[in-house]
Amino acid sequence: MPGTYANPRYPFRRPAALDHGRVEEAGVAVVGAGVVGLTVALDLARRGLRVVLLDEDDTVSFGSRAICWAKRTLEIYGRLGLGARLLEKGVTWNTGRVFFRDREAYSFNLLPEEGHEYPAFVNLQQYYVEEWLVDACEATGLVDLRWKSRVAAVEPRADGALLGVETPEGGYRLHAAWLLACDGARSLVRESLGLPFLGQVFRDRFLIADVVMRAAFPAERRFWFDPPFHPGQSVLLHRQPDDLWRIDFQLGWDADPEEEKRPERVRARVAAMLGPDIPFDLEWVSVYTFRCRRIGRFRHGRVLFLGDAAHQVSPFGARGGNGGVQDADNLGWKLAAVLRGEAPEALLDSYDAERVPAADENILNSARSTDFITPKNEAARAYRDAVLELAGRHALARPLVNSGRLSRPAVLAASPLSTPDAVPWGEGLPLGASAPDAPVQRDGEPDWLLRHIGADGGFTLLCFGQGSEAPPGIARLVVSAVPAPGALWDHSGLAARRFGAGPGDCLLLRPDQHLAARFRGGATAEAVRAARDRALAIPNRRGAA
Amino acid sequence: MPLHTEPRLADPDGFYAALMEAHRGLDSEASRRLDARLVILLANHIGDAETLREAIALAREGLAPERPAADTGDRP
Ligand SMILES: Cc1cc2nc3c(=O)[nH]c(=O)nc-3n(C[C@H](O)[C@H](O)[C@H](O)COP(=O)(O)OP(=O)(O)OC[C@H]3O[C@@H](n4cnc5c(N)ncnc54)[C@H](O)[C@@H]3O)c2cc1C
Repeated sequence: MPGTYANPRYPFRRPAALDHGRVEEAGVAVVGAGVVGLTVALDLARRGLRVVLLDEDDTVSFGSRAICWAKRTLEIYGRLGLGARLLEKGVTWNTGRVFFRDREAYSFNLLPEEGHEYPAFVNLQQYYVEEWLVDACEATGLVDLRWKSRVAAVEPRADGALLGVETPEGGYRLHAAWLLACDGARSLVRESLGLPFLGQVFRDRFLIADVVMRAAFPAERRFWFDPPFHPGQSVLLHRQPDDLWRIDFQLGWDADPEEEKRPERVRARVAAMLGPDIPFDLEWVSVYTFRCRRIGRFRHGRVLFLGDAAHQVSPFGARGGNGGVQDADNLGWKLAAVLRGEAPEALLDSYDAERVPAADENILNSARSTDFITPKNEAARAYRDAVLELAGRHALARPLVNSGRLSRPAVLAASPLSTPDAVPWGEGLPLGASAPDAPVQRDGEPDWLLRHIGADGGFTLLCFGQGSEAPPGIARLVVSAVPAPGALWDHSGLAARRFGAGPGDCLLLRPDQHLAARFRGGATAEAVRAARDRALAIPNRRGAA
Repeated sequence: MPLHTEPRLADPDGFYAALMEAHRGLDSEASRRLDARLVILLANHIGDAETLREAIALAREGLAPERPAADTGDRP
């Protein structure tokens, strides 16, 4: 059905193992070249590691799924070299608008403050993101992308995992020292390991219609509760590039999916919404239900789960793909450090300790949104409607309106990798949070702070003013309140304010740009090294516990 | 702030009458809506999460059965 996009078909390349018949050896294998598998493969390759990436299909996502990419995802893709491309093609939006019945209840701005390279969100079809990730993976020369390669069996072992791979030209076995399961919601790796999903299934159905039209709606997220054109249910509208619009109709549990997908029926729904004067073409239709659930732990020895294979959320809040990209961002540098011998394997336990709470936060938020959107009983509906009615007239009710709490970067608040503050820090970024961006100038040229954090793949000591020295192996980045050679000039003062840092302070940032430690008034090289070691799960050198 | 459980209304009968008056002429659905609005307005006025939690717990007392546990497991 898609007319604005033609799926690329990638060639099957015959692997040597099909001919020699022996078990092939790989350092890292990734199962699933969806958005998450491609992201982690690209991250690892950019750190110099070879990756075998297996996918049962020979193309990117068919039909659109994710469309909303959050600021943090854009920053991560900025680090991976794709940020500008997403920004250029994607539709930028910062505003959400909520309607109740025939009137506006409330609107919100997700990025009320200037001074960030990336907006709160861009909308872009998932297949574009995946296609560009494929190109970027190929360009590294380190990702061995194997299309039409279905992982049919997985045997976890102490030294990795043994995979049975099926291809159009026969099967072979592959032993991977590390296996990253990015094989989506129906993960075969998960099933093979016998890991149950725990969580909640929602008794509701949603119709997705992607329509091509020239319409004058602005680039913002619009959400209707109980609108006249779709009474009793909700509707969500998003603008995508290529004059494509995503309309999401809530149908209720009793709807018949096959009946609802009939083009005439979908057309009637869309026409009721747009009015008689806007011509449109249907590009994609699907009906889905969703669940909020996860597996218990994401690390199982040498097998690690990322993305939908590890956790799933309802789409309200755009936390699925964006959460999965943060998984990849979290794991990439850790696995690279372990494989390079710079950190013990125990570092990978922190992937679990950090991303399980992050998944829970996404599940909690998306479950609460769903409860608001789909009231479970009469009382829930009465409260929901009361909130919406009050919100139109009184600011007090607006924070209660929940049409989706949109994806935010996880603050790894309880991370074992963070070094507790020696003295209370006060205002500013919490420990474990990802670094905020800020406009800076370098040698008279406008620039962005985040572009310089983790730029070489390693840790960064962010120094406000001269003073602290970075130990070997840690990049030192000086931010200065006045123009100074070699320093980033914080001309607006936003960097200092967002970090809550003053002259002489320094902060240690991990390769994924999350805050690991901070030092009021500066730090000795020894203190910085100790914090870095802690962030690599290296046992204390002095032998203390 | 702990929830006040000692009487505080200067004119309890007057308050009660005003509440009944507000519900007069409403069907049960509209009445429920009115109560919901009131709860939201008053909750915002109180503002304190601990007080609200206490009030919810107190109001829930004696209204067994307990809620069933959340749906779990790998079901379609
Ligand atoms: C309607 C809808 C709207 C959404 N909107 C958003 C949004 O706006 N923003 C957002 O962030 N998220 C959104 N999501 C969620 C998002 O699409 C998913 O979270 C995301 O695709 C997960 O990526 P993944 O790589 O983990 O899994 P997938 O994208 O499912 O990729 C899994 C890959 O594994 C491959 N595979 C599976 N099994 C095997 C096997 N045995 N062997 C080899 N390969 C295998 C598949 O071919 C596939 O390529 C939406 C989802 C839906 C359904």
